[in-house]
Amino acid sequence: MADTMVKAPVEASFVDEVCSVPGGEAIRSCIQCGVCTGSCPTASRWDYPPRQVIAMVRAGLRDELLSSNSMWFCASCYTCTVRCPRDIKPTDIMHVLETIAIRDGLNTKRSRTPTMYKSFVDSARGNGRVYELGMMLKLFLRTNPFAAIKLAPMGLGLLLHRRLPLSPSRIKARGELKAILDKAKALGDAQ
Amino acid sequence: MRYYSYFPGCSAEATASPLGLAVPLVAKELDMELIELEDWNCCGSSPYGSVDKLEATCMAARNLALAEKTGFDLVTPCSNCFVILHSANIHLKELPRLREQVNEALAVANLDYNGGVRVRHLAEVLYSDITPESIRAKVRKNLHGLKVAPYYGCQLVRPDGFDDPESPHSLDELVASLGADVVSWPLKARCCGSSLVMSEPDVALELINKLLKNAQENGAQCLVTPCPLCQINLDAFQSMVNSKFKTNYNLPVLFCTQLIGVALGIKPDALGLNRNIVSPMKVLAAYL
Repeated sequence: MADTMVKAPVEASFVDEVCSVPGGEAIRSCIQCGVCTGSCPTASRWDYPPRQVIAMVRAGLRDELLSSNSMWFCASCYTCTVRCPRDIKPTDIMHVLETIAIRDGLNTKRSRTPTMYKSFVDSARGNGRVYELGMMLKLFLRTNPFAAIKLAPMGLGLLLHRRLPLSPSRIKARGELKAILDKAKALGDAQ
Repeated sequence: MRYYSYFPGCSAEATASPLGLAVPLVAKELDMELIELEDWNCCGSSPYGSVDKLEATCMAARNLALAEKTGFDLVTPCSNCFVILHSANIHLKELPRLREQVNEALAVANLDYNGGVRVRHLAEVLYSDITPESIRAKVRKNLHGLKVAPYYGCQLVRPDGFDDPESPHSLDELVASLGADVVSWPLKARCCGSSLVMSEPDVALELINKLLKNAQENGAQCLVTPCPLCQINLDAFQSMVNSKFKTNYNLPVLFCTQLIGVALGIKPDALGLNRNIVSPMKVLAAYL
């Protein structure tokens, strides 16, 4: 009891933060049945598969979990979410773990997904819409430019089939959107 | 005539340009008036929500606020836009504290959202409002003999789509309404790897291979999908699957609206069929 009391502030804040997302509270009733892991199309690649991720959140193993590659392999297929017998939404849990990992600078080097997501957000923030070609180029420049070579024929195919415009589509109200997002950031930081 | 507020989504202007071309033409034939949401922005897509949830919700909310002014249902042909806009909408309706925060942010642009919008996927609108029966009545080129595997992907039917999340049937019925033979295949609602194809190609290519193999083994001549990510993964990455797994798939992957357009007698180029990476022209030759 004394031990848990001593460790409680740090661990509890992590568990509570994860539980604070809509529906997040349900992880407290996880029975560790493993349906999530069994349903996951990418589980074999995760450092800790979905069932274990939920267990680690509850055990407060914050840094081990957040610096793993686990949640970054979630493809948002929601199969675990529709199958969980305790109405846990593991997909949403993975998303919140991703946001905490990025905010706290704990993201793994063993997945290019966080960099891709950040490139995506830069593009959406700046243009108001996502510029796919720019996002892809940024991803490869920030990670492994040589990986782009493998994808070059695919990219060229898209280009030749007029599916990869060379300039971004931008919304008119970019200033307004930026003001909204800046305000959201300020509100989020104040929390 | 039925009126809808239309949210194309970013990819419909680029990697899913065939979708962007086909949707308005098919809608017109089916007496749907799709009014493009003025100056819409990125839906706040999955990657955004994985970086900053509140900002992502505000991206979605700006679109919802603009749509609320129109008074029409907000319809998108993109499965990811649908999931994002739909779940943001539910959260904004059910969580007053979140709505308050988001409205505080929207207020800097003189916008606010009161939860009055219904977000819908185009495939659901085609199925529920237009109905397969009335599409059948408008078919000019019956697709009899064409073996089509409907590929639902994930986010049309999960987490809370309009169809069975494990064994959906709506696209089967839409494809059948065109006269085509519906291929029954077990993996029709399994994951293609989505955007992981860029960051972790090995994972996604393996999933894509499983899907193409399963569709082919069950006799498909082509696949149809509503989802831009599924389409690009199965179509544009098919040659990479072939090199990696020593396979020789040559399976065209059409957007559902492209196939409906063919059956309605719309010209192939107008439907962007020349933009599909694996050309569907040979398979469709008898119907064009």
